Amino acid sequence: MREITEHDLADIARGAAILGTGGGGDPYIGRLLAASAVRSDGPVPLVPLAELDDDAVVLPVAMMGAPTVMVEKLPSAEQVGLAARTLAGYLGKELTHIACAEAGGVNSLIPVVAAAQLGLPLVDADGMGRAFPELQMVLPTLYGIRATPMSIADEKGNRGVLDTVDNHWAERLARSATIDMGCSAMISNYAMSGAQAREALVPGTLSLCAELGALVRAARSEHADPVDRVVSRLGGRRLFSGKVVDVARRTVTGFARGEARLSGMDGDSGAELVLRFQNEHLVAERDGVVEASVPDLICTLERESGEAVTTEGLRYGQRVTVIAAPADPRWHTPEGIALAGPRYFGYDIDPIGVAG
Amino acid sequence: MRIGIDVGGTNTDAVLLDGRQVLASVKTSTTADVTSGIVAAIDGLQRQRAFDPAAVRAVMIGTTHFINALVEAHRLAPTAAVRLSLPAGASLPPMVDWPQRLVDAVSGRSYLVHGGHEFDGRHIAELDESELRKAADDMGEAGVRSVAITSVFSPVNAEFETRAAEIIGAQLPDVAISLSHEIGRIGLLERENATVINAALRELAAHIVDGLAASVTGAGITAPLYLSQNDGTLMDVDFARRYPVATFASGPTNSMRGAAVLSGLDTCAVVDVGGTTSDVGVLRQGFPREATTDVSVAGIRTNFRMPDVLSIGLGGGSRVRGNVTVGPDSVGYELTSKALVFGGDTLTATDIAVAAGRADIGDASLVAHLDRSLVRAALDKIAADVSDVVERMRTSAEPLPVVAVGGGSVLLPEELAGCGEVHRPENYAVANAIGAAIAQIGGEVDRVYVIEPGRRESVVDEAKQEAVDRAVAAGASPASVGIVDFDEVPIPYLPGNATRIRVKAVGDLQLGV
Repeated sequence: MREITEHDLADIARGAAILGTGGGGDPYIGRLLAASAVRSDGPVPLVPLAELDDDAVVLPVAMMGAPTVMVEKLPSAEQVGLAARTLAGYLGKELTHIACAEAGGVNSLIPVVAAAQLGLPLVDADGMGRAFPELQMVLPTLYGIRATPMSIADEKGNRGVLDTVDNHWAERLARSATIDMGCSAMISNYAMSGAQAREALVPGTLSLCAELGALVRAARSEHADPVDRVVSRLGGRRLFSGKVVDVARRTVTGFARGEARLSGMDGDSGAELVLRFQNEHLVAERDGVVEASVPDLICTLERESGEAVTTEGLRYGQRVTVIAAPADPRWHTPEGIALAGPRYFGYDIDPIGVAG
Repeated sequence: MRIGIDVGGTNTDAVLLDGRQVLASVKTSTTADVTSGIVAAIDGLQRQRAFDPAAVRAVMIGTTHFINALVEAHRLAPTAAVRLSLPAGASLPPMVDWPQRLVDAVSGRSYLVHGGHEFDGRHIAELDESELRKAADDMGEAGVRSVAITSVFSPVNAEFETRAAEIIGAQLPDVAISLSHEIGRIGLLERENATVINAALRELAAHIVDGLAASVTGAGITAPLYLSQNDGTLMDVDFARRYPVATFASGPTNSMRGAAVLSGLDTCAVVDVGGTTSDVGVLRQGFPREATTDVSVAGIRTNFRMPDVLSIGLGGGSRVRGNVTVGPDSVGYELTSKALVFGGDTLTATDIAVAAGRADIGDASLVAHLDRSLVRAALDKIAADVSDVVERMRTSAEPLPVVAVGGGSVLLPEELAGCGEVHRPENYAVANAIGAAIAQIGGEVDRVYVIEPGRRESVVDEAKQEAVDRAVAAGASPASVGIVDFDEVPIPYLPGNATRIRVKAVGDLQLGV
């Protein structure tokens, strides 16, 4: 895939929602926003990470906030490009590329909108290889790349630029601003050179999203099990199949936090799985025992169709299969685990990886 | 005794039931005015099995009228979508993902107005009443007859939708107004879509519902009249008038529930061959398989729970042409004047069934001249198309038994390639009407609760119990009642961890009622 056309968007959104591990935004909204941008501004060139010049100026863009809010309060027409334009103006640099901060139904597609609006190519990569709830939780943090200067923009036209002492402070201050902006804001941060991007980003994420989306679509038309295809492509494993019997969800401290309870079906009948999430799924506990945790991916898929179900889309009675898949190996280094492992989120356990 | 009636695009079927025992069943043609078809159906029941109209305890009607109006894009009112969201929301305006022909069919106009709430109850912007009045002027000039109002986070706070309705209603007293917080849940685009569809159907709903009520009273029946909803429960007539969108998927739900009762199979594909379409759904362990989140109705996405159904334009009224196509167009309710067996001049699938000896409808001598190879080819084509759809609905490698229902199911062979034996239970032709008659009784709770720390579980249990109690009070048999839907929306601007909880419980109607 050397450019993203309207035709590619459904697969990308479907696949991105899988890697979004419950977060990253509603793929339907992401797809519609990107379709509208590509229709008015034309296809977006997609550049492999390895092809970036050392002195390229790469700017990731994303939506920050609670996914439960993003499905209600949609962006204004100008908002997406506004964050990137603001940061570029502050930096005084000519941008050469847009990138994705994370993989997710909205956050893999918002950069397509920004790239189309600004007439720039998009890098086939992202900062995590999945979605995480907090701004400092990107691989570039592990490489000492600063989140700030960063920009933040809301639909009312408010804009801010933050310059912070470290990436945790960037999260903290940007989160406060996001909450005041109504829990949904457009951001641009981690401005980096091409050389930094090649080292710190996860290559091929958009291609992987498109591939996953196409796998699910093809499996359905062949009556094969789409969940099996996803598990095997990601090298993951099935954790549980069940019916959603309860979802408790609140928008607090700028996140959608909560838990979902699943009552087992098929081979899992009689068992219960609890998913705890902060925008993204953090841990999956089967009958009280943690079976998978961050930094690995915990994804909820519709049991029959293989479509990802976001945490804000979980609802009573849905039949889902929960799978786990390995994160980029850099997340399993001590620094990676300190940044986004279970203890950071308040679970006093070592990470439970896909291997068990 | 109960009467179940299914009003399809082609046929109107009726059954007289005592408990689950079918006392009488008739199949008549749907009439252009709908009501005379119902009168004929009730007369037919009376002739088959004389009954005292006063002994009828309830009449349940399932109709595909509203969804057909949308699918066929006609008889929809000129509609305006008003969204209270600015400065947010302009990136994806109302009806953004609608098929253009449906936007045209509702003469869809959209208005984005300042207003809407933040997640925590603050205002995104103050409601701009002068903007609204200007929009209302424009709607008046454009001949808008129905308005759908959607405000951001209205399930959390509906004040702006209510106020906007007052302003528009004062200026345009004759338009029908539909408010999104009464129709859908969190998820702006889906809720707005459902509200716009509802608005577009309001005029038709008023017309149809009046007709239904008149024809039932005309037959001397004084029992309450219900319409069946998407989730297989019943709603009263006044509710149907205001929320026609809630009847959307009732046709497939009724046919699947009817098929489950008639066949005794709890895991199967149900093929309902009507006059205009064949609808294929899947029962798993007795429940219709639900549509996935990205499935839409007539190309429009909503977030209703509805069964996963695939439809093709193939039914008893389908036109058969030359060499050899069947459908997708149908003569619909004009079957009894246009089909060859009724002396008409149009070759339909019904004529093929009669010529092949599979059905005894009309005058068989009028199709005796049909070329045998044409008849054979048309039947093969029908079998191939239907097994293709069943095949597409199958999600596992295991073969799925097929239950055929609906009047048009005589068109199907005894066995479908790749699917195996076709079960055709007794009374298969009127499965929809039976499904309507055995529709379930629901009990709903929709209220704001204060949840103290650590008390969530008991509050949730309390809300669920109340929904169950309400279902039982409405006539559901206690042993059969279960929770089918549960939705929780935190309301952060109220003190004490306030949460809007919506629960729906449903159960079978107590037998003998």
